[in-house]
Amino acid sequence: MASENAPLLQVKNLRTYFNTPRGTAKAVDGVSFTLERGKTLAIVGESGCGKSMTALSILQLVPEPAGYIEDGRILFEGRDLLDLTWEQMRAVRGKDIAMIFQEPMTSLNPVYTIGYQIREAMLIHGKEAGAAQARALDLLRRVGLSDPEQALRQYPHELSGGMRQRVMIAIALANRPKVLIADEPTTALDVTVQAQILALIRELQEETGMSVLLITHDLGIVAEVADDVCVMYAGQVVESAPTRDLFHDPQHPYTKGLFASLPARNRRGQDLATLEGVVPDSTNWPKACRFAPRCPFRWQECDTIPPIPNPPASDRPVRCHLYNPAIPGRPDASTVRKEEEARGLAVLPSHDDAPAPASQKDAEVGR
Amino acid sequence: MLRYVIRRILLAIPTLIGVLLLTFFLFFGLKNPEVIARQNLGKNPTQAQIQQWLADHGYDKPLAEQLKRSTVDMLLFNFGQSDTTGEEIKERIKKGAGPSLTIQAIIFATGLTIAILIAVLVAYFRGTYVDRFGTLLTVVLISIVYVTYIIGLQYYLGKRLQYGPVWGFNREAGLAKFILIPVVIGVVAGIGASIRLYRTFLLDEINQDYVRTARAKGVPEGTVLLRHVLKNAMIPILTTTVATIPTLILGGLLLENFFGIPGLGGYLIDAITNLDFAVVRAMVFLGTLLTLIGYILTDIAYALVDPRVRLE
Repeated sequence: MASENAPLLQVKNLRTYFNTPRGTAKAVDGVSFTLERGKTLAIVGESGCGKSMTALSILQLVPEPAGYIEDGRILFEGRDLLDLTWEQMRAVRGKDIAMIFQEPMTSLNPVYTIGYQIREAMLIHGKEAGAAQARALDLLRRVGLSDPEQALRQYPHELSGGMRQRVMIAIALANRPKVLIADEPTTALDVTVQAQILALIRELQEETGMSVLLITHDLGIVAEVADDVCVMYAGQVVESAPTRDLFHDPQHPYTKGLFASLPARNRRGQDLATLEGVVPDSTNWPKACRFAPRCPFRWQECDTIPPIPNPPASDRPVRCHLYNPAIPGRPDASTVRKEEEARGLAVLPSHDDAPAPASQKDAEVGR
Repeated sequence: MLRYVIRRILLAIPTLIGVLLLTFFLFFGLKNPEVIARQNLGKNPTQAQIQQWLADHGYDKPLAEQLKRSTVDMLLFNFGQSDTTGEEIKERIKKGAGPSLTIQAIIFATGLTIAILIAVLVAYFRGTYVDRFGTLLTVVLISIVYVTYIIGLQYYLGKRLQYGPVWGFNREAGLAKFILIPVVIGVVAGIGASIRLYRTFLLDEINQDYVRTARAKGVPEGTVLLRHVLKNAMIPILTTTVATIPTLILGGLLLENFFGIPGLGGYLIDAITNLDFAVVRAMVFLGTLLTLIGYILTDIAYALVDPRVRLE
């Protein structure tokens, strides 16, 4: 019996690996997070940090045979999805947990009509044909297509990118899922359309009470829609906190770097800070702290001792030695402060104008 | 759609004329008509006999007249008589087309269906031993020379297992019996290459985003393949299918020779060896015509499979 109090979706110590010619790529390497009922959890990080693979792992859609889930638990309403048979898992996909993707241009099958593709999602899970047809029309109207009757008969290439993403959302919502996984749902869209799609997801979430797992690299979007945030780096969660806390007080040097690279009103006229370097190779992560090679505060121990996920000197999970007094050689607070100032990491964008600096304004223009 | 087809048919005419002109100049560039006459008249013909033969077969006419015979008359299906036997070419083609088309069409349809089914099966088991074994089998099938299939299967199916006659073609005596072994040979010989190609097309589609969407909806894997992947893969499959039509005709030549089937394949081979230009010209015209029709049919099939294709 799934208890009503249990978190809706809980990922524990998930490891998703890939066999590559260069060795095993540890794309997701010990990721844990919890998605509560009706809430939105954002997973943030740059390309190659493993956030999309985390999302695909939940539905077990990791590209086979190269990719596989090595370890971990994915608890949905208390039962572990990794224990399910292929057929049981199939029944969860698109019914309890639905997913939308980054590429609305290619995510729909070009040779079937929109109507067919929406109806299929329901017919597969046992809805009767007439009801499916009626609901398909309903869904298209709900996601804001101007002529839903006509759209049912149209093919994907006849719609714009924004319209296609609305269709994808309609497909995802067809069976009233409890969780919507949105993998970079607006990345491929124009800024104005981005804001519309986000607003739509939020509205639908309020209506249906579903939870949303949002995968994005855009902190603006996070500020706008997420209740909680996990920051991922190199296959691990490096920091997680409620959105408001994270924006007020980012703690991990990587998170600080992400914020410093955002444009903000209180930093007008200054150059944007950049994070030097790139995400390391996933077949060969740095031995101890994976962010160390790019970290401005790095000291000797960072290269030898792996940071623990919950250091005592922080109120939240943050994978960094700066918050662990047990690690020798830690720079004192004033040194850290000086370093931050020198690198433009000190002045945080204030929470009033930092959220969605671009998209919110554009959304108003767009409406 | 109709306008497109009509335009394509009109565009086919210059192509046909071009091919016919090329055939004409190639043939007479290699052999001058007198040589052909000598070959047909046997040992040591007199000059008068040669002139007589040329006049009888129209090779003494001015070039313009001869070109007209080789192009316009062909388009009007006036094929004339054979240079060597004097037989009406049109009659001979009518007689031979039945057996040839029967066998080739059945080989084509059966081969396509079986190849697609096996390719889907192999794609379903991609990366497993089924896939590896299937791939190995296709390589073996491709590596064996066509004549080996004919001789081997003729011997095994015809002589040892007695599944059907190994010679002849007789509608009254039961068509199925006569075409069984040639059809099996045609299908087996062609299927390896097709499976391999279709498997690649299917695997190309399997990695597309829309397949991931279908899986995320909860569509079962078999349905994903048959409903989503196959329909998209049909687009490249159709393209290459038409490209195999000339191969089918060539395959027909050997098959018909070995089984004594009075088809068109043997007719063309004989005409080439006997320097029978009248027959070669008619057969080239027919081959080109069929290929062009094949291309038009492919385009129509595209439009039926892929909604993005508009025939305009």
